[in-house]
Amino acid sequence: MTSPTTDVIDLLVGIAAGSPLDRLRAERPETRLNAQKSYQALFEPAHQGDVTQDERLAVAVFVAGLHATADISEFYASGLADKTLATAVGAEVEKGRTHGPYGRYPAGPLSGEDRSGLVYEVSGDSRNALGSKLAAALEHSHLLVFRPRESNVGALQKLLDEGWTTTGVVTLSQIVAFLAFQIRVVTGLKALAADTAQSASA
Amino acid sequence: MTETVIHPEIENRPNVFTQAEIGWTPWLEPLTEAELTERHWAGLVDASRSKSPYFMLLARDPEILQARTKTDKDIFYNVTAGLPRADRELAATAASRTNGCIFCASVHSRFASHHSKRTEDVQRLLDEGTQADLGSRWNALVSVSSALTETPVEFGTPDIGKLREEGLSDLEIADLIHAAAFFNWANRLMLSLGEPTPAK
Repeated sequence: MTSPTTDVIDLLVGIAAGSPLDRLRAERPETRLNAQKSYQALFEPAHQGDVTQDERLAVAVFVAGLHATADISEFYASGLADKTLATAVGAEVEKGRTHGPYGRYPAGPLSGEDRSGLVYEVSGDSRNALGSKLAAALEHSHLLVFRPRESNVGALQKLLDEGWTTTGVVTLSQIVAFLAFQIRVVTGLKALAADTAQSASA
Repeated sequence: MTETVIHPEIENRPNVFTQAEIGWTPWLEPLTEAELTERHWAGLVDASRSKSPYFMLLARDPEILQARTKTDKDIFYNVTAGLPRADRELAATAASRTNGCIFCASVHSRFASHHSKRTEDVQRLLDEGTQADLGSRWNALVSVSSALTETPVEFGTPDIGKLREEGLSDLEIADLIHAAAFFNWANRLMLSLGEPTPAK
């Protein structure tokens, strides 16, 4: 399956054809191609599976919002069919913002490194707007974004209880985890591009 | 049919960072070989991965597994003109140490030790954390990988500057960014879909 979509990392970094970053990415064609295919597998899926398109995008808007990357958040929000979701998710981003990673380690020598922090829950009003299945996904996404080391089997059971299937949980986990990657590649390459431009003009 | 989680019974759960060969067990049911269609085999990329509960769980969504696996392999194995493998594995270890993924850190610290022959320095990163003094070059690589792992991401041109001071080329810097960023993907899957088991 081929897609006419522009390379999303290029788009989000602002990489123009023939620019130094374009040439740099061209040195790793497999990485570039498969990062794009990963995006397509999650956001232009050949098999929709157990996760709707708006669920996929709403989670992406939330995760990018928690990373304080407004442009990436807007990119995913622009694809939402249900525009009221963007507003509801945006309100939840404000309540969910914090700094990570934090959380508890399994009890033992690492307990001295435990750091407590926000355990986010969707508020009552937003729960109505989002529905309980998507609300559960946002709570799980917050766990994965900020305190992945505190993940536990109970968190997965909660998703199953709210209507997620086992396969749906795998897809949801991949969406959150992929975004953690994509956002960092975009942020890192933007910094590299800015530095390269600075040195060129110095 | 209501789907349920798996509650593994594990004695002596790993609770410390280690280079030992620990295992991993899933909290959700992986596919069985009998359930695999052509689509799933393609998702696994290497047929031998059908022996891994982790990949057999991820195979439930085969398209993303396939693209992710190919991204992973290129980021870590394609060293043409770029960052040495040891440094990429160091970045993976630093990201895993920061996020707290005991399993991922065990695998990639072993690779970092193997490729660098600096087993004791790698162990200090595991024991003392990302502030451990590993010498100028590795301190820079660890600090930058760790900064990129924070949420929101605490990474900017000063981080690029640190890497340039150590003589990294643009391609090497991009390789490091990808290696650390990729482990922010891997850590979240490993930490949230199952847990480590003790070395045999």
